[in-house]
Amino acid sequence: MGLPNVSGDLSAEMEVDAFRRLFPLRFYERHLADSIRPDARPLGRARDTTMALGAVASADGSALTKIGSTTMLAAIKMEVMTPSTDSPDEGCIAIDFHMPPICSPIVRPGRPAEAAPVVSKQLSDTILSSGMIDLKELSLVSGKAAWMAYLDIYCLDADGALFDCALLSAVAAFSNLQIPVVSLNDDGKIVVVSEEGEEGKLEKEPVNKEKRKLTLRSLPFSLTCILHKNYILADPTAEEESIMETLVTVVLDSSSRLVSFYKPGGPVLAYTSAVQDCVALTRQRVKELQKILDEAVSGMEID
Amino acid sequence: MEIDRDDGRTPNQLRPLACSRNILHRAHGSASWSQGDTKVLAAVYGPKAGTKKNENPEKACIEVIWKPKTGQIGKLEKEYEMILKRTLQSISILTINRNTTTSVIIQVVHDDGSLLTCAINAACAALVDAGIPMKHLAVAICCCLTEGGYVILDPTKLEEQKMKGFAYLVFPNSIHSVLPEGSLLVEGEAVEHGIITSVTHGLMSVEEYLNCLERGRAASAKLSDFLRKSIKLQLPTDSFKS
Repeated sequence: MGLPNVSGDLSAEMEVDAFRRLFPLRFYERHLADSIRPDARPLGRARDTTMALGAVASADGSALTKIGSTTMLAAIKMEVMTPSTDSPDEGCIAIDFHMPPICSPIVRPGRPAEAAPVVSKQLSDTILSSGMIDLKELSLVSGKAAWMAYLDIYCLDADGALFDCALLSAVAAFSNLQIPVVSLNDDGKIVVVSEEGEEGKLEKEPVNKEKRKLTLRSLPFSLTCILHKNYILADPTAEEESIMETLVTVVLDSSSRLVSFYKPGGPVLAYTSAVQDCVALTRQRVKELQKILDEAVSGMEID
Repeated sequence: MEIDRDDGRTPNQLRPLACSRNILHRAHGSASWSQGDTKVLAAVYGPKAGTKKNENPEKACIEVIWKPKTGQIGKLEKEYEMILKRTLQSISILTINRNTTTSVIIQVVHDDGSLLTCAINAACAALVDAGIPMKHLAVAICCCLTEGGYVILDPTKLEEQKMKGFAYLVFPNSIHSVLPEGSLLVEGEAVEHGIITSVTHGLMSVEEYLNCLERGRAASAKLSDFLRKSIKLQLPTDSFKS
């Protein structure tokens, strides 16, 4: 692992691993000068990304995604609720992001992780403002009943770029979503029709026979980059995030509109050229992610 | 550029600004900042000894506590705390008071839009008041994007809700320096054009975002003059009190 360090000072005499631990920033800068990262990636390349749809059998839609070793499990549970009077013909999406202690040494049992509510808020902002889901499609009977989609995302391994992986798993879970069949009973209440062949007994027609899938418009995909001096590192690992602190997360939808440009502080200032470079890297990444998602979805259809 | 705003402002016009410092007796530094009806109170305590868990003890640590006008803090306030913390960390010199914690308490007095930007400006003035070492000041501005793609600055709450998108932007303040002009350029752009913090909501094209950036930069110059003036003005009274 790592390149041999071939310049004067301490690095020549020290073992690579020791140098890495003692002078992490200089270790990285030496790699960056050669346009390579310690895990052998070029600066602008994201880690390998994999996706498995339908990972949780008991959920209505689910996905397990991995970016490098960052792993997220997303699952959606649908429930019927009475819509609010402000928006009688709209459903609702509740998004929660969990970071259990197993995901990272920083998170300790009994104390909620600081990052979790922030990622959770970012996710719901992004998903709702991207217009991916038309909340009107979640309506069953106007003013009486609508779907409440509970999306829970569990971080199983936090190795950097948490938001990217969480958003990808959320989008994948929504594209895997199968809405349960429901019908109205005699009291005008909504009941879930069990799928085990009892349909003959029901006199009532299911309310949502055709609407089993949501139509997803313009999916949002994101890429987090680190800005360090003049370098831009795409898709950082947890180690990189802890050493170089300026993070920029760009979210673009499939038609290249900007959903979010998120830079919470950081010692490096982003100038127009850096903004454009980050957006360009994200454009490439969106294409990659779209392809990975399409392959996963078509793989499911064959099964 | 014909946009009618409810309060009769032009698109680039900010609401009346007001800033006063040293208003709390117990705090080491304090400031109130208002933009129109939005008003935020910031208090700074510290530097106190020791850093919290998971923070780097070789650097000074800044902790931000957000107090909403009513009720408990939720996810939104947690996000604001995190953004504010990272923003303040990036403008402070953290290597002077190593292994200390500085607490910044933000009390929302009234929210009428552009709340986060108002809080960042208040916190910045309060840090100056407390004498925390800083590299430069930060000025925050909220840009709103209308359906037609026009940009309006410093929106009220009502305007924020009507718009298709908005961006909170934070820039460094313009530096008045004895150095010759050219030395303050980075990659051909002035230092005060670099983004410290950017948070956006809603769909927009990349061009529209860049447009927002440009307008925000122009307005931040005005804001930074105001901040500079209000800090300068109060210096004589400070020394008088002590």
